Amino acid sequence: MKRFLPLGIVVFLVAVFLGMMLSDRNPNEIDSVLIGRPAPAFSIDSLSADTPPLTEADLKTGEPVLVNFFASWCVPCRAEHDSLMELAGRYRVPLIGIAYKNDPAKAVGFLNELGNPFSKTGLDLDGRVGIDWGVSGVPETFLIDGSGVIRYRHWGPIVGDSLEARLLPELEALR
Amino acid sequence: MAGEIGHFALILALFFALTGAVMPHVGAYRKDTRLMALGDRAVYAQFLMAATAFGTLTYAFVTSDFSVINVATNSHTLKPMLYKISGVWGNHEGSLLFWVLNLTLFGALVSWRGSKLPLQFRGRVLAVQSLLVLGFLMFILFTSNPFERLDPAPIEGNGLNPLLQDPGLAFHPPMLYLGYVGLSVAFSFAVAALIEGEVTPLWARWVRPWALLAWVFLTGGIALGSWWAYYELGWGGWWFWDPVENASFMPWLAAAALLHSAIVVEKRDALKSWTILLAIVAFSLSLLGTFLVRSGVITSVHAFATDPARGIFILAFLALVVGGSLTLYAWRAPKMAPSGLFGFVSRESALVVNNIFLSTFAAVVLVGTLYPLFVEAFGAGQITVGPPFFEYAAAVLMSPLIVALGLGPLLAWKRGNIGRAAQIVIPALVVAAVAGVVLVWQTSGGFVMTAFGLGLAAWLIASVLLEIASRIRLFAAPGKAMTGLKKITRAQWGMSMAHAGLAVILLGITISEAFTSEKLVVMAPGDTADVAGYSFTFEGVAPVAGPNFTAVRGFFTVREGDAILTSLTPEDRVYANPPMNTTEAAIYPLFSGDLYAVVGEAAGAGRWSVRLYFKPMISAIWLGALMMMIGGILSLSDTRLRIGLPTGKKQAQKPSAKAAPKTGPKTVQGARA
Amino acid sequence: MRQVLGTIMLLFGLSVAALGVAVDEKPLPDPAQEAQARALMKEIRCLVCQNQSIEDSNADLARDLRAIVRERIALGDSPENVRSYLVDRYGDWVLLKPPIKTSTYFLWASPFLAVLVIVFLLLGRKKAVAAPAPLSEDEEAQIKALLERQE
Repeated sequence: MKRFLPLGIVVFLVAVFLGMMLSDRNPNEIDSVLIGRPAPAFSIDSLSADTPPLTEADLKTGEPVLVNFFASWCVPCRAEHDSLMELAGRYRVPLIGIAYKNDPAKAVGFLNELGNPFSKTGLDLDGRVGIDWGVSGVPETFLIDGSGVIRYRHWGPIVGDSLEARLLPELEALR
Repeated sequence: MAGEIGHFALILALFFALTGAVMPHVGAYRKDTRLMALGDRAVYAQFLMAATAFGTLTYAFVTSDFSVINVATNSHTLKPMLYKISGVWGNHEGSLLFWVLNLTLFGALVSWRGSKLPLQFRGRVLAVQSLLVLGFLMFILFTSNPFERLDPAPIEGNGLNPLLQDPGLAFHPPMLYLGYVGLSVAFSFAVAALIEGEVTPLWARWVRPWALLAWVFLTGGIALGSWWAYYELGWGGWWFWDPVENASFMPWLAAAALLHSAIVVEKRDALKSWTILLAIVAFSLSLLGTFLVRSGVITSVHAFATDPARGIFILAFLALVVGGSLTLYAWRAPKMAPSGLFGFVSRESALVVNNIFLSTFAAVVLVGTLYPLFVEAFGAGQITVGPPFFEYAAAVLMSPLIVALGLGPLLAWKRGNIGRAAQIVIPALVVAAVAGVVLVWQTSGGFVMTAFGLGLAAWLIASVLLEIASRIRLFAAPGKAMTGLKKITRAQWGMSMAHAGLAVILLGITISEAFTSEKLVVMAPGDTADVAGYSFTFEGVAPVAGPNFTAVRGFFTVREGDAILTSLTPEDRVYANPPMNTTEAAIYPLFSGDLYAVVGEAAGAGRWSVRLYFKPMISAIWLGALMMMIGGILSLSDTRLRIGLPTGKKQAQKPSAKAAPKTGPKTVQGARA
Repeated sequence: MRQVLGTIMLLFGLSVAALGVAVDEKPLPDPAQEAQARALMKEIRCLVCQNQSIEDSNADLARDLRAIVRERIALGDSPENVRSYLVDRYGDWVLLKPPIKTSTYFLWASPFLAVLVIVFLLLGRKKAVAAPAPLSEDEEAQIKALLERQE
């Protein structure tokens, strides 16, 4: 028995390595622990001066909503912007944009330049809302169901096949 | 053109590796000595080809030949020559080529120094070594060709991460690679012994110098890496239990265990199958390290850019080499029954305790490094296994080791009784339990751990001195002590030196952890802050422009009492390409410890935030590592242990290798290191 | 897969500039509280750097988290509460010292389990070995041959 023990351990290790390498996994991604929990409470100014502040009540609309954390200084945000425009236009998903640690004028400029996919916006100047949501960097996109519960989080930019392969199926499941 | 020569040389090397891997076995089967001897020619030819390939790549780097992709992505015309050369092994493809060069170098050395090994056995060893070369060459040629061309060639290269442009880091990887690859020799000897079906005390004597050499290189590589982290990364730490650091630490632990268990095989003809297993495991852990940094399964600061195809290839190779050798082990190990009496008492029992704790620690470091992966694989969320866990494991496992380390050399071989063994094992276990309980229940350890660490270091140093004293009969016959000193062999000095080195490291760790004074303050020019009796006066900052960075340089004057001791000028650098912010700590080493200053960001109104430290005795960590290396080299230089077959009169006088236990303690002790 | 790598590179472009020491903020006025906060920071893993604590890192997020730790400690929160505040948001991943729970029992017990396994591997068949097997004539001959060859 004893002589097979080292071999057994190695077989186990190789199996785990192989499983992890074949799974579609990003070793840098930290899973969100907020999935299945109601979105944290918050109240922040909107990017446009004439709109009331953004609060968690804005997420409970009875239909799925996407909350996108973005910033004008963030390069990947630029890369995923087309996907956001497509989500708002073609798929008619209400999008809420939260500018993370961003100068409001620059955030508005960013949206004016690339187009505004958001139905509502908020300004998280000190990043505290981001921390409450477990955001580790921008962009991150949260899918909220009609009752305000977080159902899915997309880590990093929505580029390549991640819209069709990941985000849309989650969205369809809620609709 | 040069690139094609290198590529061609690698293809030729592949054929020589294939020849070398197959022919000696065929020769052994057919009892054809000429085929067996082909192994020697094959390894020389492999080395020649690998050296040619490595030479051409180095040439491409030195001449900044950007038509080679590897050079274009990793070098730059303005880089100093040292970093052009270190760039050769500072990337994935080049480092693999360096691996192959070392594998073939060690193969050739075994052939050269081992001319007195039995032909069939040497042939098998070289065949295993050639098989490893073959695997790595296939990996290079199929997935990571360093000579791939770029057309059109760019005018300028991408450069090297500025953090890596440092002399400490230029030599840290080659040292480590020499250590990793050095363990391949022990591996090849072990596999050859499994094929042949026997392990003799002589086998242990052949293996040990190679294991020792690899261990010396690993010690040097690890120490250099941690020294670099200490002065370059700028936050005062020197060891982070990062997966890649652990990947170099595990083979080191396994090699240390191997060194000691080989002594038991040599002296007592026991622990044979265990020693074989250790030789396999030590090299497997080296391979695991190369796998981890290249596969992308684990995140680490040190990881190379990852590519799934490479990851799968190297995993397959790992599975084949490690799985294959362990299958052979499972099949053949029962034949390795010890013929010598295994006395669970005295010197060998201390060595067994040593082996238990060294290899357990290696196993636990492995578990801790991979545990987040296991938890994730079984869907139990994501966790981090950070320094607190490894420190706990170190306290539980290293403290009994040190107790045994102190006792072992004082005991004689073979004779002894159960009570004697209990005297080692029981205190060792009590010490382990206390250390573990304290660390688990008391988060920051604190006073108890400090007292404990100091006690262990003192114990170890005392026992080393006591051992020397008893060997020269200092107390029994003080008059003859000088003659006794001269009689101590280099191997014995080596052992004492290495053990004392460990004590010095322990001392450095304990004192610097417990008594570091630290101040995190915002200072305006003219302000003074006191740290551990040294007063740091902040004189202000000035902008500095370097060749490829801009920096803010802070000026501090450090006084002890009224006397000016030194001035410290830490920098906060911003590199342009790639954009990166690094801090350059300013360190002034004193005999009693290091003064350490870091400048941070502007805090408004001309004030700057700064970190000031006094780190007592921290240099002892690297001094101790140096002592360990010197100990290893001393031991290697002992004629009895020189690489290759031991020769000379001493050997001839021995009645028989297997009867070695019968020789008196005096000669026997000579092999301890 | 290539796409995934591409996005990683993009993200890294941003977060790579995070090597350097953290010396930016003002310490708490109460030295005891400051010491408590600092000890706590050493246990919290930085999210955007690799294998560093937030105490070590000058990444933006690490700085924000340090500010939160100081704030909560200043308000009189216990270290335990601050830890669970962070775990609620980022999961067990942020703790450098893995919590003792079902999934980590094996980890914390591993030093002791590994000792047992290794003792078993090393000495498992001790009894069978108690008596020295006499050398066979074959072996004696081999040894002689080997020794002679050396000379």
